[in-house]
Amino acid sequence: MTEVVATSVGSSQVTANRSSLLRWLSHGGLMLGLLILFIVVTMAIFASLLAPYDPYLQSLPTRFTPPVWFPGGGWEHPLGTDHLGRDYLSRIMYGAQISLAIGIGTAVVSGIIGTAIGVCAGYFGGKVDSILMFIITARLAMPVVLVALAVVALVGSSLTVVMLTLGFLLWDRFALVIRATTIQLRSSEFVTAAELQGASVLQIIGHEILPNLLNNLVVVATLEMAQAMILEAALSFLGLGVPAPLPSWGLMISEGKDSILFEPWLITIPGVFLFALVLGTNLLGDGLRDVMSPNGRN
Amino acid sequence: MLSYAVRRIAMACLLTLFVSFIAYSLIFAAGDPAAALAGNASTAADADRLRQLYGFDRPIIVQYLHWLSGVLRGDLGTSLYFDQPVATLLLERFTTTARLGFFGLVLALVIAVPLGVVAGRWPNSMVDRLALLLAVVGQAMPSFWFALLLMILFSVKLSILPASGTASWQSFVMPTIVLGYFSMPAIMRLTRSGMISALESDYIRTARAMGLSEARVLFDYALRNAALPIISLSSAQFGFMLAGSVVVESVFAIHGAGSLAWESISRADLPTVQALVLCFSLFYVFFTMVADMLNAMLDPRMRSK
Repeated sequence: MTEVVATSVGSSQVTANRSSLLRWLSHGGLMLGLLILFIVVTMAIFASLLAPYDPYLQSLPTRFTPPVWFPGGGWEHPLGTDHLGRDYLSRIMYGAQISLAIGIGTAVVSGIIGTAIGVCAGYFGGKVDSILMFIITARLAMPVVLVALAVVALVGSSLTVVMLTLGFLLWDRFALVIRATTIQLRSSEFVTAAELQGASVLQIIGHEILPNLLNNLVVVATLEMAQAMILEAALSFLGLGVPAPLPSWGLMISEGKDSILFEPWLITIPGVFLFALVLGTNLLGDGLRDVMSPNGRN
Repeated sequence: MLSYAVRRIAMACLLTLFVSFIAYSLIFAAGDPAAALAGNASTAADADRLRQLYGFDRPIIVQYLHWLSGVLRGDLGTSLYFDQPVATLLLERFTTTARLGFFGLVLALVIAVPLGVVAGRWPNSMVDRLALLLAVVGQAMPSFWFALLLMILFSVKLSILPASGTASWQSFVMPTIVLGYFSMPAIMRLTRSGMISALESDYIRTARAMGLSEARVLFDYALRNAALPIISLSSAQFGFMLAGSVVVESVFAIHGAGSLAWESISRADLPTVQALVLCFSLFYVFFTMVADMLNAMLDPRMRSK
């Protein structure tokens, strides 16, 4: 869970473009991850064009229609309908928007917090580092699911609240990885050169440190996105995440829970999509780490 | 060693103090806890009465110190819903959660460590690939969904395991599998990479040159050196697992601390929520401290850090 990602600094610039393209293409996990993400992103962006029905349209006479591969299913509702007769495929497609919004939003918020903390701790070192490491450890000690549930319950559930809450909780990995890389960069020759030229601290961080953190930022952001999407689904599953009737995949699994005896597909279908999306995002993150750092493979 | 232990304990105490403050101030996330407690249908007068009753009108630091002095005396307040001391409630519920967490961790270690050793000894072998697949799938599997899938298979289709409760040992099988699989991937990956770097070192070549059996080289020499980070990770994972019991316990309707957390959150039972956040954090602080001490005992180099 807290696997530390450390890609060697500045390696991608050295590599020739052609061989790096080959490395991208020959990395199976990376390609599979990209493919899955491409499908889900397409589903999310074009949901209004692709979805056969309005995801909120209820039709009680056709409730609990099974998916097309079960007896009784048909092509009018390829993935069947839920307990209110809403088309499951359309809800899945719109649900992709929620997962991606949460994933990206959380990664941006936590990325900003984590990078600020990590750069300060790594660059200034000493007392600043000790205090910030203390705060990171304190954050790690906080039970994420519990705190997120409590905050969402107190503030009121909405997409934005879930996104911000997770963003304010999931910055620990960013901070740790960015701190480690900044310490490395801090002692590199080009930072020393900039210091000797009289560059200010802000200039060094802005021009020398941050651009070289980009590779690591992208890798951690993808892994953190996956984490956020799982957590949103868990919160929504517990009834304290994204509010109904929004088609969050976690919420759909929770609504399907009552039909576990006779309509188990209501649980399996959204779960398969959630699993695939998280898997794809993780594969992309792991793959990017491998590709961006030739020596970084374990 | 003694000075290291003292420093580490002082650090844990400081951390506990800080975390307890955060746990306490959590109820102010909503802005006005009195209004949140009173609910939507309340009037301003209702909220005022609650504010005076619970002392929310005092400065936050005064309220916190009052609460903290209670906590230090073992008084965690009174549950608003169950109407009994929070401490009693927690003690009752944490036994189940701790037992579940322990089973889960044991299962994870029993699978992850041997698999990681073999995968690290023979990288890119069939076992290595299988282990990697298992880890990648495990990391992407939402635990509540995995729990429901197991339930569909073992309770609905095969009806060999009970779907909920804690009546018999069979009820613990599925929750243990879910929790174990949750922490397995990280431990497996760490064991694997630890073994790979240990096997490249000089003392392994020496051990091999002395003609020691492969099993002794792997388990007595390489694994022992790869074990330190595994201890640290396992203790952190144990903390995460306890905190993650909120989800698993609510799926399997287990009356542990996790389901208590969910119940008290949805009933705005603030004293119980605060106490739970504090306890879960304390467990993490405590277990990571014990792991650091163990590491320092096994490896003197760690003491100077």
